[in-house]
Amino acid sequence: MNILAILLLLPLIGFAAALVLPAAVTKRFVLGFSLLIFAVSLLLIGTTMQSPGGMTWVTDTAWIDTPAIRFHIGVDGASLWLVILSAFLIPIAAYISQRTIVHRQKEFYAYLLLLEFGLIGVFSSLDLLLYYVFWEVVLVPMYFLIGIWGGERRIYAATKFFVYTMAGSMLMLVAILYIYTKAGTFDLPAILLQMEAGKVAFTQAEELALFLAFFLAFAVKVPIFPLHTWLPDAYAEAPTAATFLLAAVMSKMGTYSLLRFNLNLFPKASHDCAPWIVVLAIIGIVYGALVALVQPNMKRLVAYSSISHLGFVVLGLFSGNQFGLDGAVYQMLCHAISTGALFILIGFLQERKQSLEIADFGGLATPAPNFAIVFLVATLASIGLPLLNNFVGEFLILQGAAKANIWWAAFAALGVVLSACYMLWFYQRTFLGEAKAAFTDLRPAEWLTITPLLVLMLWMGIFTQTWLPGISASNKVLLERPTSKIALQVAQ
Amino acid sequence: MNPAAFYPSAVDYLRFLPELILTIGGVLLLVLEALTGDNKDKTSLGYVAIAVVLGAMFAVPVALANPGTSFNGMLVSDGFAAFFRMVTLLVGLFTLLCSTSYLSREKANSGEFYLLVLFSLAGQGIMAASNELIMVFLGLEIASISSYVLAGFLRDDKRGSEAALKYFLLGSFATAFLLYGISWIYGVTGATNLVAIRESLAAGTSGNSMAVAAAALMMIGLAFKVSAAPFQVWAPDVYQGAPAPVSGFLSAGPKAAAFAIFLRIFQTSFESFSSRYEPVLWILALATMLVGNFSALWQSNVKRMLAYSSIAHAGYVLVAVTTNSNVGTAAAMFYLAAYALMNFGAFAAITHLAGRGESHVTIDDLKGLASKQPVMAGLLTVCLLSLTGVPLTAGFFGKFYIFKAAIDNHLYWLSALGLLNSAIAAYYYLRVLSAMYMHDSKTTDHPEPVPGGIQLTMWVSAAGILTLGVFPGLVLDYANRFATFVK
Repeated sequence: MNILAILLLLPLIGFAAALVLPAAVTKRFVLGFSLLIFAVSLLLIGTTMQSPGGMTWVTDTAWIDTPAIRFHIGVDGASLWLVILSAFLIPIAAYISQRTIVHRQKEFYAYLLLLEFGLIGVFSSLDLLLYYVFWEVVLVPMYFLIGIWGGERRIYAATKFFVYTMAGSMLMLVAILYIYTKAGTFDLPAILLQMEAGKVAFTQAEELALFLAFFLAFAVKVPIFPLHTWLPDAYAEAPTAATFLLAAVMSKMGTYSLLRFNLNLFPKASHDCAPWIVVLAIIGIVYGALVALVQPNMKRLVAYSSISHLGFVVLGLFSGNQFGLDGAVYQMLCHAISTGALFILIGFLQERKQSLEIADFGGLATPAPNFAIVFLVATLASIGLPLLNNFVGEFLILQGAAKANIWWAAFAALGVVLSACYMLWFYQRTFLGEAKAAFTDLRPAEWLTITPLLVLMLWMGIFTQTWLPGISASNKVLLERPTSKIALQVAQ
Repeated sequence: MNPAAFYPSAVDYLRFLPELILTIGGVLLLVLEALTGDNKDKTSLGYVAIAVVLGAMFAVPVALANPGTSFNGMLVSDGFAAFFRMVTLLVGLFTLLCSTSYLSREKANSGEFYLLVLFSLAGQGIMAASNELIMVFLGLEIASISSYVLAGFLRDDKRGSEAALKYFLLGSFATAFLLYGISWIYGVTGATNLVAIRESLAAGTSGNSMAVAAAALMMIGLAFKVSAAPFQVWAPDVYQGAPAPVSGFLSAGPKAAAFAIFLRIFQTSFESFSSRYEPVLWILALATMLVGNFSALWQSNVKRMLAYSSIAHAGYVLVAVTTNSNVGTAAAMFYLAAYALMNFGAFAAITHLAGRGESHVTIDDLKGLASKQPVMAGLLTVCLLSLTGVPLTAGFFGKFYIFKAAIDNHLYWLSALGLLNSAIAAYYYLRVLSAMYMHDSKTTDHPEPVPGGIQLTMWVSAAGILTLGVFPGLVLDYANRFATFVK
């Protein structure tokens, strides 16, 4: 039996089990079960790393006959890490909710597993329609997570999140159906093969329209400026675990899909649109950073910093060269780890003071030195200090951008400078200065949550060879495909 | 004419068996109703009616096993007819299951309700199987007149009486349009048989512009019946005012039957000038989706919201009709079956939750349902997510097949606009979901136990929705096989 298929089905089984189990045990059951899923996900690494350029762990069986929709899943060197990332973050999300989620626990933990089902599905589907199914399935648990356990304006935020994302993806469905009329299949590898063989070709106008339909759906999800307006509401109102997952993995659904679908299927349109998208990405980088600078609310601050960081990822994707793409994928993972860590730490702060306003904090370093150090590491990682993870990703992206157009890199680098400003200022206002009141330092349970992330920050900052070869091999396949070779690399 | 061929043979009756059972069952109930005393509990008559509907359901495959026309080509027993007979019977079964407890709650327990449902179902069955315009008219009238009475069944309820009157007046008006169109067509072609009309028009011997005008008149009449904009104004008032199980019945059953004759007439008789009416249908479909969805956004009454949503869903089906293709017909069939499940599931929940006198039908009344009655809320959620069109529900594949058919037929703009519409629709379904899950209950009183019939209906519809959401082929393969008409 294929481990990836099992991995995909496990969360669904867990979800059903969580619904029928007595409420008292759901919490522990979901935590244990999600750790089991994570353990299973690690089994994928060995085989995939032997040939990271191609698809491994492929399951390809018929699902629906007319029109032919296949249950076709598989991972390569890039998507493997995103699958594992999803499996890694869900137990953490379950764990950090143990103390904060007090009412209706059963549903909460069940939704986490349903979300995991959707996430793993998105990152592993190779059939356009199967992918679309998972893409939409993810919406439902997240809608409830924000809407039931969120803050004051949770219903507004949840509805906005749902409707925005759904509106974005509707045009993608039209585009998917249009591709089907051309290619006669929803199967991504089959479509790519037909395109290489010249059997399926889009006119320039067609390709542009299809590109934009996909792009719009993903741009909402990432989000890319100016489609980001749902993000601050959703991030600020959602419970910590949901914000953590939104920032860490759900934004990657958008960037990963840009890579997997837009760049693969529409290389010419990607190349033609790249300057425009890069401009939006750079606006996002600078705009996100500037707004983060003036945010009095720490969750919103990190939310806007995410817009800035994700702008880098988009910049890397549309530089259209190996450095840019490798950096973009690497940065997806790094951003997940560092921003995820920040959200968890902010969650700890909120739990202690019942506030998210930076002004309510100050001088925490004196009563809670360990907390201060851990937070500093996460802050520095987010800024992109060498030896920590984000540095590698941002460096590769800037290198790729510079190779494509030196000005892109020059403007984007502004974001790096600004990130140091807002993050360090945030740190200073929260942890430095005179202590205001007693403050509990990190508890053992909190150490347990945050340590894996700290280890990963260092690991990804120093031993890049664990991750990069797989990612590069996957991107290389994309860049050397005859269709994309002409389109993407001409830019150099 | 050969007299031996004129008199119906046994197989003619087999092809007509479902309606035969319904009619005989209805008459039987009429007698039983008269025999039971006035003050007796009439719930048992409801069970008889359920048995009759189940019998008719078993008769559907019998009719299908004897394909062909009966009664000199007046009715036709084909897969298409069997499909719609099954859908309308399913809706009828749900209606009966939900109304036994409803009627005792509203103290309106009399046997007429059940036999009216049976007669209406017989009319809908005739609509599904009619092969000529007089039968179309007869079926429509049988179905409609019973429905008018059902809508006003709670005599003392002002809203119900208003609904019935409105439904009756506008419905008769629409039928008049249809009848007028039929008389023109008869004048032009000298035929009422759908195939004969087609042949006459194809031969070009008859005045074409007259035929187009007749088709337009008939389209108006049918557009009324399926509540397509701009002929939809009756629907919200009727669905809001009628008893909740009847609203569910009206929004799913007669509508499906009306779409069946819509499809059959326009793809059999008038196919030769499909290019003339396609733009009209295009506008009709878009207008219906827009009017339904945008009006639903502002509603605070759940029944009225579902009424507007049912207009919007008629718009989606019209997209499928616009494609004028077999794929489109199959998509419309699938959609109407899925719609029957999800919409009736929602109305079943409302039937119970509205409480005595239907006094709790606003979205606010649903607040906190998830903590008070988690199972009920969960089943209603499945229906609402399906109406929204979230994947892994029947509603998603319904939309998927419709818009796939539209794109196959190069209706790109209609598809894009239609799908964007369904994103707007998400907003009002989410309002119900958020009331159920994200608000605390207004009251602390204990919920009343859910009657068995309503529970059964909701479980069956939720199970059907999820099954079709994962294996749509179960229904779609059938629809694809029978989406062609005898021409």
